[in-house]
Amino acid sequence: MRTGNLSLNIALTHLTGRLKPTITATLGVALGVAFYIAMTAMMEGFQGYFIQKIIDVSPHIEMKDEYRARPVQPLDHLYNRAEGAISLSSIKPKEEIRGIKNADRIVRTTSRMPGLKTAPTLEGQVVFRYGLKDLAATLVGIDPEREKQVTKLARDMVKGTLDDLQAYSGSVILGSELADELNADLGDRVTAISVSGTVKVLKVVGIFHTGIVDLDKTVSYALLKDAQILQNRPNVINAIRFSLDIPDNAVEIARQLENRFGYKTVSWQEANEGIISVFIVQDIVRYATSSAILLVACFGIFNIISTLINEKVRDIAILKSMGFTPADIQRVFLIQGMIIGLVGMILGWGLGYAMSRGLGAIRIDMEAIIATQYLFIVYDPIHYLTGGAACLLAAAFAAWMPARRAAALKPVDIIRGGAG
Amino acid sequence: MTASRPPLIETREVTRILPLEVPVTLVKDISLTVQAGEFVSVTGPSGSGKSSLLYLLGLLDRPTKGEVLVNGQPTGPLSDVALCDLRLRKLGFVFQFHFLLAEFTVRENVMVPMHKLGVLSLRQRTERAESLLGSIGLADHLDKYPSQLSGGQRQRVAVARALANEPEVILADEPTGNLDTKNSEVVQDILRSLVDAGNTSVIMVTHDPALAAHADRNIHLVDGRIVPTP
Ligand SMILES: Nc1ncnc2c1ncn2[C@@H]1O[C@H](COP(=O)(O)OP(=O)(O)OP(=O)(O)O)[C@@H](O)[C@H]1O
Ligand SMILES: [Mg+2]
Repeated sequence: MRTGNLSLNIALTHLTGRLKPTITATLGVALGVAFYIAMTAMMEGFQGYFIQKIIDVSPHIEMKDEYRARPVQPLDHLYNRAEGAISLSSIKPKEEIRGIKNADRIVRTTSRMPGLKTAPTLEGQVVFRYGLKDLAATLVGIDPEREKQVTKLARDMVKGTLDDLQAYSGSVILGSELADELNADLGDRVTAISVSGTVKVLKVVGIFHTGIVDLDKTVSYALLKDAQILQNRPNVINAIRFSLDIPDNAVEIARQLENRFGYKTVSWQEANEGIISVFIVQDIVRYATSSAILLVACFGIFNIISTLINEKVRDIAILKSMGFTPADIQRVFLIQGMIIGLVGMILGWGLGYAMSRGLGAIRIDMEAIIATQYLFIVYDPIHYLTGGAACLLAAAFAAWMPARRAAALKPVDIIRGGAG
Repeated sequence: MTASRPPLIETREVTRILPLEVPVTLVKDISLTVQAGEFVSVTGPSGSGKSSLLYLLGLLDRPTKGEVLVNGQPTGPLSDVALCDLRLRKLGFVFQFHFLLAEFTVRENVMVPMHKLGVLSLRQRTERAESLLGSIGLADHLDKYPSQLSGGQRQRVAVARALANEPEVILADEPTGNLDTKNSEVVQDILRSLVDAGNTSVIMVTHDPALAAHADRNIHLVDGRIVPTP
């Protein structure tokens, strides 16, 4: 095997002369790249799906009838707060009928903002009773027309439609898991008991399924008016839901709304902080594992090139005495590292793709956090490019260290010894 | 040869000391000249510094003191890369051990320096390698690997490789040291005929006075210094 490039020819003869360790090192590199690709495909698939689901099924922003900081107390005004000698604790909140004051005005104002859609709701805890089952759930009172604009609830309906709420007074839509556990189906009449003690019989007119287990298990919808009656809070709105044309802007817009209206306003990112920080940990684990494999592969490359250099000191000496420069010598061994890296990368791409396909074909029937039958796999060229780039960089570095040593070898030292 | 032409290689008061814990003086105060077209032998007892001197003349090593000049040009100020280039264009080495590349055929081994020089085309390189190898009786072994040759044949390939870029001087360090008398004479004759043909000088280290007798001139070393040949 001869090419027109002398350094490449020499590099190739060395590698083909030590085929077994070369193949081992190459497979190590390939495994690192493949593992990174498969892990990334799976984790980003899951994370992406999860975040998309969240963006779809829940409001991008929710304004609640709470304040982030406790209200300023009259005493605080009397004493300098920062260096005050008095600090208040155990402040007992007034038993007000909580709710967002001026909710109508906020809804009207925000409805006029560009890129923003608004839906007022009343959220409260209820217990559903059907047959022998008692199940706690959140009942969200909605205006179906507005809700349609704000969440994809209408799309997630598996039985009945959102409009059926309007058709019957005293009707309810249940999450699929909730309905299953109650053993209630379309047309059944379930009893709802609110915390205020009010009891109301509601007819099941719809069942939704989002795929997010938590929502399907604990959320139900009724007309706003019915919810207000059930909670004994006429005309009260305690949560305003917003959807955005650009969901990624939620953090910033939530902050603006909170500054403007005072009520605690939560973006979807904040609401899902817990799971998103789990994703970050997942990413760290993924990078750490891939890096560890790549590091081992690097040792493989370092090892074989160091071995080759030791075996070929005489070649290095004679080439240098002939007039090869240190850079020429370094190039020979760098090329070897890059060949291993390049072949490993391409094998890794193939293997990573195959592993991704394999993972995508495994049936898992998961019913935790989200309900799915298969893992979500994304095929993104970026994964292949970043994995490949990391692999080539690592290979270059692993080869560069011994190659530098080869370049610095003094031919005289070797020839003196070699002549004996 | 006109008077204005500088010697091919000249050393002025060259001393080489290895900076070890106990410094070792390899050669001391060597001043010599080698003219173009000369066949110079270097003799001396083992450990007298013959190889060390050859490495200095061949620009493989730099003197601790003094100056080595090639074609009248001082080499001290030149960078390592510039020395590499001088070696590539002007010098050819033959060592006691052949140092052939094991994975390259005989023909390819001879082509390596030409490839590095980058003047000839692939076809020209091939032709030149074959004619060089033919002239030293290896025409039948072009596609063999060094391991398939005898010691004498390998050493002849090494000579052919040293000649690849038409060097001005061949530096040989006991090129026949590993060879029997017959092969030794073959290599010796090749070197002699090169000088006789005109274009190349030879500096050859040997401990064999009989071989040294073939040279035009002898340099005798004892303890790193030039002394009169006994
Ligand atoms: N790396 C070294 N460390 C210590 N001493 C050295 C080293 N290299 C060479 N020497 C010493 O320098 C002296 C000259 O060595 P050199 O190889 O030039 O001798 P030589 O004349 O070529 O000998 P030979 O005929 O055995 O090849 C010797 O005494 C040798 O022991
Ligand atoms: Mg010697």
